[in-house]
Amino acid sequence: MTTTAEKSTEATAPAVASKKKSRKFSPWGLVAWLVGLGFFFPVFWMVLTAFKSEGDAATNPPKLFFTPTLDQFKAVFEQGIGPAMLNSIFATGISTILVLLLGVPAAFALSLRPVRKTQDGLFFFMSTKMLPIVAAILPLYVIVSNIGMLDNIWSLVILYTSMNLPIAVWMMRSFFLEVPGELLEAASLDGASLMRSVREVILPLVSPGIAATALICVIFAWNEFFFAVNLTAVNAQTMPVYLVGFIAGEGQYWAVLSAAATITALPVILCGWFAQNKLVRGLSFGAIK
Amino acid sequence: MASIQYKKASCIYPGSDKLAVDSLSLDIQDGEFVVLVGPSGSGKSTALRMLAGLEDIDEGHIEIGGKDMVGVPSKDRDIAMVFQNYALYPNKTVAENMGFALKLRGVSAEERRKKVEDAAKILDLTEFLDRKPAKLSGGQRQRVAMGRAIVREPQVFCMDEPLSNLDAKLRVQTRTQIAALQRRLGTTTVYVTHDQVEAMTMGDRVAVLRFGKLQQFASPNDLYDKPANAFVAGFIGSPAMNLVTVPVTENGVKIGDGTMELERADLTKISDAGLNEVTIGIRPEVLEISDSVGVDVVVDLVEDLGSEAFVYTHAGSGVELVARCNPRTAPNLADSVKLRRHPDGTVHLFHPKTGERLN
Repeated sequence: MTTTAEKSTEATAPAVASKKKSRKFSPWGLVAWLVGLGFFFPVFWMVLTAFKSEGDAATNPPKLFFTPTLDQFKAVFEQGIGPAMLNSIFATGISTILVLLLGVPAAFALSLRPVRKTQDGLFFFMSTKMLPIVAAILPLYVIVSNIGMLDNIWSLVILYTSMNLPIAVWMMRSFFLEVPGELLEAASLDGASLMRSVREVILPLVSPGIAATALICVIFAWNEFFFAVNLTAVNAQTMPVYLVGFIAGEGQYWAVLSAAATITALPVILCGWFAQNKLVRGLSFGAIK
Repeated sequence: MASIQYKKASCIYPGSDKLAVDSLSLDIQDGEFVVLVGPSGSGKSTALRMLAGLEDIDEGHIEIGGKDMVGVPSKDRDIAMVFQNYALYPNKTVAENMGFALKLRGVSAEERRKKVEDAAKILDLTEFLDRKPAKLSGGQRQRVAMGRAIVREPQVFCMDEPLSNLDAKLRVQTRTQIAALQRRLGTTTVYVTHDQVEAMTMGDRVAVLRFGKLQQFASPNDLYDKPANAFVAGFIGSPAMNLVTVPVTENGVKIGDGTMELERADLTKISDAGLNEVTIGIRPEVLEISDSVGVDVVVDLVEDLGSEAFVYTHAGSGVELVARCNPRTAPNLADSVKLRRHPDGTVHLFHPKTGERLN
């Protein structure tokens, strides 16, 4: 009995080993690579073009090898990208800080101190994201215009804060729910007031989640175009709006446009790169809960 | 002085009108080790949490050291609790975990360190003081949880099934350590468990709870020898006491096809209660296998534990009886034997409907 059993396991062992080997070159891996490259290629081409001279950029067929130059980047800065960059940094930074200041206590209340109407409150938050932005722009324009806040960076700050708040609350709530209730009870028995328990016990546990949320808010606020293009003109112009100026009517200056686009995309790419693990964790937790 | 009184304390499940704890009244002396035991859903954890301030006292009162605790928040009750899942602060080291309560109270770092080190020595945790909980085993985490409670030198220890997450051998070892520690420290302790062996071995007195109501509050010996009702009788002791509802006859009760004789006094009590049926309770060690007299039974299963054996049998009318016997002379499966009550053995009598003790 035992001998035949041993024989059969030996027979299957090499088969299993060969199966594992062949998996390395499975078709799905290839598909994944192709899809990844497909998404990456436009960004790659944009960055490549940013280092070309206008002549090189306009050739047909497109050139892959050329002498790189930093002239385009110099041109972008000379044309005055500075104010737009400052506006973007200001709007993104302030709105993210506000979102954290408002959203963290809200998420705390909705997760660790639930009341009867908690689910309703959450739905109310989420429902604000269900309205298409295009439908909201008309009344928003009228209101902003009437209070004289057109072309004022603070309009964007307020709008970005309210735009990101539901996402932030939803994400941070899922992180707060991860904290075992018993920890709070233990802290309270040890003699900690609510503020103390939050500071010493909860926040250290939730801080990766807060960081991930902050990064998501930065990405959304930085890339936001629709509010910015409609509600700003010259003074409060943000980077995405500034980019539009490079799409000239009298012929395309691909290289300088690519340079400007690269500069615009760079902060967000860096943020995403540094936070990639935390982002995946944060986004997938929302899904599980 | 840290005596505890539950005075008709009740707690309602949120969102329902069922009572989780129903008018519980207990009088716990200072320094006593009291165990709350019962099956799942009996309200024992809720009763403990009411004491710690983690559940509201909806009706009645709970007093600690004579002071009413209704409306007093947990942090002001001077109670230390050991949770089932330990609830250690994951971002703090063992030393910081144990010293947290003292830090909150404003104790100096010097004194904190000394107290933590003293407690760590008692619990054998000195080499782990700088580790975080994630790097500890289950047993070590349990000791840190205990250390966190000890360092505080509170009025009362609350322990909510602290041994449930340990493996069997570690559980037995830690059980004795906790009992010895409590005796040494002399702090009033309320301990919740569903394991009646823990209850019997650790408690000075044990409160048995069922569906939120107190069944009996007595020393382990009294619970074993004189259970107040059929539930307590069947809950305490392993294997469980044989409890069968049988018709009463002239001289005793009819079990299976035979009769078991009862004392005169017991028979009088039964007839005084006007019953022609009674629930009889006999512990397995009171039944013995005999060749001559007794109830005819057929052996279903023999559990040999090395030092003793338990024989699971059934009698004629489907009545099941468990008896203890010597493993060397145990009967075989499907044997027909006779079971007889040991002449000195106690027979417990309970009302067939209410379960209340009759004798």
